[in-house]
Parts: sequence; C-alpha cells; structure tokens
Amino acid sequence: MLIFEHARPGRRNYSQSPAKPADTGSIPSSLVRKTPLLLPEVSEMDAVRHYTRLSQKNFSIDTQFYPLGSCTMKYNPRACNSLAMLPQFLARHPRAPESTGQGFLACMYELQEILKNVTGMAGVSLTPMAGAQGELIGIAMIKAYHESRGDTARTEIIVPDAAHGTNPATAVMCGYKVVEIATDKEGDVDMAALKAAVGPQTAGLMLTNPSTLGVFEKNVAEMSKIVHQAGGLLYYDGANLNAILGKVKPGDMGFDVIHINLHKTFSTPHGGGGPGSAPVGVAERLLPFMPVPVVAFESGQYRWLTETDLPKSIGRLSAHMGNAGVLLRAYVYVRLLGSEGMHRVAEFAALNANYLMAELSKAGFEIAYPTRRASHEFIVTLKSLKEKTGVTAMNVAKRLLDKGYHAPTTYFPLLVPECLLIEPAETESKETLDAFVTAMKEILDEAHSQPDLVKNAPHTMPVRRLDDVKAAKELDLVWTGS
Amino acid sequence: MPFIPHTEEDIQAMLASIGAQSIDDLFDEIPPALKTGRLNRVPPGLSEMEISRLMLERAESDGRYFNFIGAGAYEHHIPAAVWQITTRGEFYSSYTPYQAEASQGTLQLLYEYQTMMASLTGMDVSNASMYDGASALAEAALMAVRSHKSSRRILMPATVHPIYRKVVQSIVRNQGIDVVELPYCKQSGQIFPDTLDEFGKDEFAALVIPQPNFFGVLEQVDALTDWAHARNALAVGVVNPVALALLTPPGEWGSNGADIAVGEGQPLGIPLSSGGPYFGFMACKQSLVRQMPGRIIGRTSDQSGNTGFVLTLQAREQHIRRSKATSNICTNQGLMVTAATIYMALVGPEGLRRIAGKCHENTLALLEMLETLKGVKRLFTGPLFHEAAISLPSPASDTLASLKARRILGGLNLQEYFPGFTNSILVCATETKTPADLEHYVGELSEILSPGS
Repeated sequence: MLIFEHARPGRRNYSQSPAKPADTGSIPSSLVRKTPLLLPEVSEMDAVRHYTRLSQKNFSIDTQFYPLGSCTMKYNPRACNSLAMLPQFLARHPRAPESTGQGFLACMYELQEILKNVTGMAGVSLTPMAGAQGELIGIAMIKAYHESRGDTARTEIIVPDAAHGTNPATAVMCGYKVVEIATDKEGDVDMAALKAAVGPQTAGLMLTNPSTLGVFEKNVAEMSKIVHQAGGLLYYDGANLNAILGKVKPGDMGFDVIHINLHKTFSTPHGGGGPGSAPVGVAERLLPFMPVPVVAFESGQYRWLTETDLPKSIGRLSAHMGNAGVLLRAYVYVRLLGSEGMHRVAEFAALNANYLMAELSKAGFEIAYPTRRASHEFIVTLKSLKEKTGVTAMNVAKRLLDKGYHAPTTYFPLLVPECLLIEPAETESKETLDAFVTAMKEILDEAHSQPDLVKNAPHTMPVRRLDDVKAAKELDLVWTGS
Repeated sequence: MPFIPHTEEDIQAMLASIGAQSIDDLFDEIPPALKTGRLNRVPPGLSEMEISRLMLERAESDGRYFNFIGAGAYEHHIPAAVWQITTRGEFYSSYTPYQAEASQGTLQLLYEYQTMMASLTGMDVSNASMYDGASALAEAALMAVRSHKSSRRILMPATVHPIYRKVVQSIVRNQGIDVVELPYCKQSGQIFPDTLDEFGKDEFAALVIPQPNFFGVLEQVDALTDWAHARNALAVGVVNPVALALLTPPGEWGSNGADIAVGEGQPLGIPLSSGGPYFGFMACKQSLVRQMPGRIIGRTSDQSGNTGFVLTLQAREQHIRRSKATSNICTNQGLMVTAATIYMALVGPEGLRRIAGKCHENTLALLEMLETLKGVKRLFTGPLFHEAAISLPSPASDTLASLKARRILGGLNLQEYFPGFTNSILVCATETKTPADLEHYVGELSEILSPGS
C-alpha cells in the first residue's frame, strides 16, 4: 500500500506546521499556485508505521551479509553516524564564516591530511559528491593539465574492458574518445594492447587496481611507464582501494590523480544508493587544478581555499563543499581505526576473500582466475552449471536472497560469462563466511536436483521476480490515483 | 582490532584452508618495490569514548548562532521522526536497490518520492534524485542540449545562484557547451523578456529560469517560459521546493509549462550540516523522460501479479550503455530522499503551504523592521518569497562581523559574488524565527549601525 492510499482529506499533523495560515497577499496572483498539492494527508503515526514497515522490506548490512563485489559492504559503525549528527554540526550553515566552524574545519583538514598519507598523493580535495563525480573531475584535471601546456592534440582516454561503466561514460563527458583495451588470460591488462594503444593522442589511462576481476595488476609499474612516456597521465579509480589500504599507495604505483570512494573503503553508509563521497587526490603537477574549496591551515586558523587561491582550479562541483556530513563520518571512522587499524583493513579483507574463494572452490564452484590470489574479491563463473542445468548466475543470486544473503554482483565484469563477483569485506566473521558457503552448496545441489526451485527464486521475499520489461514498456513512474 | 571479529584461531584455520603461511603471503603478487604503505601521518586509533569526546569538544567550540543566512540552504524545522526513521539500519546501511526483490522498501519509497516531486513541480515525471541543486542544474543543461540537438547554447540569467553558475561551467565546459549570461534589471532584480531579444537572435537550447532567484525575487516565469518556447528552446526552471507549495509550479508556467524543473532538495527535511549531504531534484515532461539522467523507479508486477517496484529505463545508464550513457551518474542521494519523503508525508500539503507562508511572512516582517533603520533599504523592488537583498549604510563585512560577535549570522555578504555591491547583504527569515528573534536581530543591528542612539 502506498502512503497516498493511507491518506484522508483534511487529516493533518498539527504539531508539524504553523498554527495559522499566513498572509501571502503580497505575492502577485499570477504567480500563485492554483493546482492542489498531492502530498499525502496522513497522521504522524500513519507515516511512522508506513516508513518503518517499508524499511523492513529492505536487506541491509545491519541485517544481512552482503558479499557484493566491488561495493565494499562493510559494517558502518554507529558512532560515525551519531557523532556526525551532533546538533552543532547539523545546524551549521554552509555560508557561515570560517571562524564559526573551526572545529568542523579541523576535522576536514585532518581528513585531507590522512587521505594524502594513505594514498601517497600530494594534495586532496574533499568536494566530489560521488565516485562518478570524482572521476569526472579527475579526468577534467587531466584535460586542464594538457591544455595548460598547449598540448591539445591529446584526444583519447584508454580504459580496460573490465572497467566500471562510469569510466568510459566519464571520459565521454569530458569530451574524450574512449579506447578500450583487452584483458589477458590471467586477468591482467594485455600489455601488447596497451603498447599499441598509446601515442601522442593519449591523454591518459583510467585503471582500477586491484581490477574488477579481483586481481592485482602486476604490471602496473610498467603500465605507468608506458603511459607516462607517451605523455599521458594515469587515473586511479579508487573503487577497490579497500584491498590495498595500508599496503600499497596509488601514488607509489605512479598514479597522477585518484578518487577515493568513502562509502566503500571508509565505511560511510550506502544509504540505499547514496549519498556517496569521493575525494580526489593529485600528484604534485596537478595541485593547481584541484577543485575548490580545499581546507588550508594557516597561522593557527583553518580556512577554505577558493578560486582566488587556486586560479587554475577546474572549478566547483557543488553549491557548497560537497557532502560534509559524509566526510565527518569518514573522519570518525579513520580516527577509530588509526594507523594500525587501517593496515588491518586490507589484511582481513584479503584473508576473508581468499578463504571464501578456497572454500567455494572446495565446494565445487569454478573460480574464474584460479591461479591468482584474490584481492578483496574474486569471481565465480557458473558457465558450466548453466550448460548442465540451465541455472544462471541470476537464478543463483535470487536463490541466495531466499537463504538470507544479499546476492553478489552478477554479470559484472562483462567479460566473464555467468559471473558472480564476491567481496566479503573485513568486518565479516568466519562463521558468517562458513554459513554462506553452506548456502551456496545447498543451491548447487538444488540446481541439479530441483532446478525449477532455483530458476523461479526468490520465494520468500516481499515480492517474487519482477517484470522489468513491463516496467520499461508501460512506464508507471508516478502514482495517479489508481 | 576495531571492527574485525577474527580470533587468532579463526586466522590460523583460514590460512590453513587457503594454504598460506601468513596474511602477508596473500599480498605476494604485489611487486615488493611497491609495498611502501607506511602510514606515518595517520594517528593511532581512538576508542569510541575518546573520539566522542573529541567530536563533542569540536562541535561545542563551533557553537550555535542565530542564523539569517539563506543563499541556497535554508533552516527549517525537521520533525523528529524524519531522521529517526531515516537512520534505521535498513535504510541507512542498504545498498542501491539493484536486487529489487530485496529492496522493495527503498524502491517503493522512491516511487512515492517521484510522485510527490512530480506534484510539487507540476511536471509529469521525476527521477530518484541527483547530487545537489547545482549539479542537477548542470545535468539539466546537458539534458537540454541532448534533446535540442542543433544548439549547444544555454542562456543563464545572472540572477541564478552564482555558485550554481560556476558548477554548471565546471561540468559542461568540456562538452563544447556555451553558457551565456543574461543581465538583470538593477531596479527590480528580475530578468525581463523584452530585454533579451539580442540573446535570442541566435539559436539556443534552453533558457534557465530561477524561481525565486538568488536575490529572493520572484521572476516573471510565464513570460520567460513563453519567450523561450517561441524561440524553439526549452525552459528549465530552478526552483525552491518549499516555495512551490505557494507558487505556480514550473509545469504550469506560461502557455505550455517549463520542460525541466530542478532544484535543491535540502529545505525538505535535510539539516544545513555545512553544505551536505543534500539532494538535487529533477522532474520533466513525459516526452523528455528518456533523456533524463539518474535513477528512475517504475511500478510493475511480479510473477504472481502482485505490485512491485524496480529501477527502470536502465538502458540510459552508464552500467549498461558505458560510453553512450546519458550521464556518468551512478548514485542518487538515496538516504536524503528517504528523509525528504518522510518529511513531506509528515507535513502534508496544508503543512507545507503554512510553512512556506510563514517563511514569506517572517521575511516581510523582518524587512519592514529593518527599513525603519536609517540607511537600510531593499535593493530591489520585485516581489519576494523568503529572502531579500538589502543595502546597509556601512560596509557589509564590518556589520556582519559585529553581528557575529553578538552570535548572529546576519546574512550573506553580496560582495562575495557581485563585486559592485559593497554594502549589501542577503537576508532570510524562515518559519523557525519568532517575532522575538526578529526584534533581537533588528535591535542588535540598530545598535551596531548607530551606537549609543
């Protein structure tokens, strides 16, 4: 039932708005709204019950294991939320003078410094509001750098075929042509293809490392050399930073610009699809191009650096300073972990991933890159299961929901057929991983003994398989009363 | 080990299963020369008690002020239920609803949100939100160019929020899009269609129409919309969602309505929080829905014929279309929209109208009191919603600093964005201000402007 269907004309929450209608007579009548506003007329309790019940129809980290590859679904510590929501932080207006926000700015400055140290970059700007925006601004900085040198013939960005879809979409948004390069049998970028692709037209390379195939690009130093020698710059997509946190720094791998998904590696909540936050880090030569504002600490005071301080900045991305409240949550998280806790993130993410890979392999699942170490994630391919039983990766994913597990990422990366990309994250215990393996074994048995049970899953969710084709063909995006 | 549950026994059993001697072995594919991950500038970890104390001290040192600044972020009352429900783990810690059957809560809520925003803006359809108001305007400019096809010019009035204009530039600059600034009437603070003809001679993809504009002034939206449509361009409204409870929605501007409406969703239940996270909204005419960026939720049915909700029109998006996507956008601002939807349900249509009305009434009352002070006057004659530009008898920076010393944030110094306005500020009084608050502000300002009188 929709909230609108709980409504009754004339029902109101008297404590949630002014007691009397206001005098709005000074607004010219031609500008006054005449159409009724179709917000629900419900009581406070109706609304509270309705949205509490809706929440119960969701899977979440707080209720289920989420082995969702490339998404780093780790525990979101509650302290990060409650401390970011202290009343003074919530009430602070974005245009309030810097002198009234020194405590807040101290957190932002220290977060910048910690992220610089963790990534090995020379500068960090906290403003991008999501991974895709971090990418956009990273590539825009690469473009601004080449243009500032009069090097305008660089029109191409190289992207491996295993990359996230945002990479090629971003390059196009920055006015570049995308050149896709292949992956070799071991899951690394095909070096011959890279060598053939670079040239005076190369503006840069976008790389995720470890890649979305769950393996560390062993040749990254060589790749960096090839691209740099051709005059291009290297972009690091920080989607998988969790796998190497405290082990390897993107700056040491030769990257010139990176983005960091705080909602992955730094445990800020996914919130059902945002808000994200994706600070960008840059090497020395890109410092002048960083997006503003950036926090500076001068003569004992914190202040924002603006276009006046960084005249070559590629500009602003949000009306204020990005997702400040998300940044506060990440700050609390890094202070709770500390340096020693941060080293452990990658260690235990790798331990969990390699253990789960070993156990699933023993249980009869085919690993896509069996000779490689898992990074913080790995790929299972169900190609032969599908050939034998007709059960697909999608079916297995949906059947996992019945067993109380969120599905792994399915059909991504696109180059491995019938794939499940599995990332357990460091915050899960051995018992949880063992129980997941048991559930996967049961599904494997079911695929052989009662394939229809798996093919028609899920059976225990609030709804059964939904008709995506109907949704796209008979568009129903807004409730109109029936 | 914070947030890591492994016992020593677990670690040994897991390594044995993997066939590794130590955790370090798991990193043996990384060239040793790259392993320089020392974190010498990250401080040691704190307990929850210690970090709580540090954060509380910092929050308290920032303190609280009487706030009369608006300028794109507005202080409103937020019902307690909004964030108590929004921060339930099932909303807070859930992922993007790609697995629809396990995400019906978020998906249904987003469908309800789309319905509410379509009604508020008077448009046919809404997406599931954008990052913020400024980036939503940038995406609207890109969308207008995609659907117009022959022109890559956007007409942007100087009365649009100055930072929105900068953000649009940062985002569209690399796509060969020309953003042309339109002058405004210095007397009324509005854009007049009859002064725009020289800009309309060449083809353009869209005219952006702010309502209210950055100065708080209401624009002549009907005439502007018709002017753009007469020149075969789209009309893009940038609107305050609370104001829309009182004002004609973009879908009804002029003879045919605006084509795209965007804006900052923060006034709908999102705390000021130093500027974010907020959310942007975007709604449009049905005919443009396939050009709209961002996530869109559709209602459909399941195998048994029961109603359910899914992400739809995904063929526009980057994870399917890659380099041919409508935008590189991947997320929306799910959690903020959760709060906004609950907010709109709690205040309802009459509540939102009263809140908007009270903001308007308070701002007019404040202006009336301010104009009794010598040398204080309104900058513009155009009608207002809940914000106004005023000029002071002395430099704004000094006056604002003196007010700040009395724990009042008296407004935004307009000189920051409009260098000509040396003595001018932008002030806003929302429904959160009582008559006593207004008197307090005006009393303090009076003392600052004419000490001892």
